[in-house]
Amino acid sequence: MLTGIWVYLAASPLLWLTVTLAVYLAGHWLFRRSGGRAFFNPVALAITLLVLILLLTGTPYSTYFKGAQFIHFLLGPATVALAIPLYLHWERVQQLFLPIVVGLLTGSITAILSAIGLAWLLGGSPRTLLSLVPKSVTTPVAMGIAEKIGGLPSLTAVTVILTGVAGAVAAPSLLNRLRIQDDAVKGMAIGVAAHGIGTARALQISSLAGAFAGLAIGLNALLTTLLAPLMVRLLHLTP
Amino acid sequence: MIGALTILLLFQLIGEVAVQLSGLPVPGPVVGMVLLFLSLRWRKVLPDPLRATAETLLSHLSLLFIPAGAGVIQYGTLLADEWLALIAAMVLGTLITVAVTALVMQGVILIQHRMRQDG
Repeated sequence: MLTGIWVYLAASPLLWLTVTLAVYLAGHWLFRRSGGRAFFNPVALAITLLVLILLLTGTPYSTYFKGAQFIHFLLGPATVALAIPLYLHWERVQQLFLPIVVGLLTGSITAILSAIGLAWLLGGSPRTLLSLVPKSVTTPVAMGIAEKIGGLPSLTAVTVILTGVAGAVAAPSLLNRLRIQDDAVKGMAIGVAAHGIGTARALQISSLAGAFAGLAIGLNALLTTLLAPLMVRLLHLTP
Repeated sequence: MIGALTILLLFQLIGEVAVQLSGLPVPGPVVGMVLLFLSLRWRKVLPDPLRATAETLLSHLSLLFIPAGAGVIQYGTLLADEWLALIAAMVLGTLITVAVTALVMQGVILIQHRMRQDG
C-alpha cells in the first residue's frame, strides 16, 4: 500500500515540485536559526538537502527534474526581470561607466586565469582546465564556450553552479573584509565572479547591488565569449 | 500580475528568436533583458504591476537555481577524479575574482573622484 503511493507520487511532478519549495524554505529556516552566518547559505543548504533526499530515495535526477522544471523555467522571465533594477539605477550605471568597463575587463581575465592557474598547479588535466575557463559565466553561455574551446560542457555546467554557490556564500564577507562599502562595486564583483547565483545573493544586499550584478552577468557572458578562445590560444592549451 | 508576466515572457520570446536569427553568443533571456530595459528607457515609465512582479520574482531568484544545482548529483564521478584542482579553481579562483574586480573598480572610482576634485 505505502509503496504503491510512493511509486505513484515519485513519478508525478507534484512531489518534486513540493520538495523543491520545501528544501528552499528549510534552507532559509536553518539560515535564520544559525543567526544569519554566511556559511549557512540558504541555497547551498537547500541543494545539499535535496541531493541527500534524492540519494536516499534513489531518485534519478531526470525524474526529479520532471517536477522541478516548472521552477527552473522561471529563470528565463527572472533574467528578463533584471531589466527593472537596471532601469531604476541607470543613472548610477552611467556615472560609473569607466569603472564598470575597467572592472569588468580585469575581473573577466582574472576569472579565467585564476581558474586555469590554480587547477594547473594542483595537477588538473588539460580537459579539466579547458572546462574551467568559462566557470564564472551564466550556464547556457558557459556550456557553449566550453564546447568551442574543447572542454567538457557537462563538467563546465557543474563548475558554473558550484562557482555560483561559492561566490554567494563567501563573497559578501570577503567584500566587507576588503572594506568595500559601495553596493554598486559589491554587485559588480559578485556578478562578474558568480553570475546568477551570486546575483540572487547581491539582490539580498540591495536592489542597487542586484542591478549591477545583473548587468555584470550579461557583460561578462559577452566578454568571456570573445576572450576565452583568445586566451586558450595564447596559453597553448589543447585537450 | 498576469499582464506583467506576459510582458516578461514576451521579451524572453523576442530575445530567444533574436538569438536564433542572429547567432549572437548570449542566451535569449539576456537579450530579452536588454530589450525590456531599452523599451523602458524609451517610454520612460515603469508600470507598478511590472515593478511589483519583477521584484517578487527577483526576491526569490535563489529558489530558481535549486533544480539546476541539484544536477551536480549526476557528475559525482567527474568531480571525484580531480576534485582538489576543481575545488581550488572554483572556490579560491572565485574569491580572487571577486577581490580583484572590487578593488580595481573601487580604485578607478577613487582616481576619477580625485581627478574631478583637482580639475
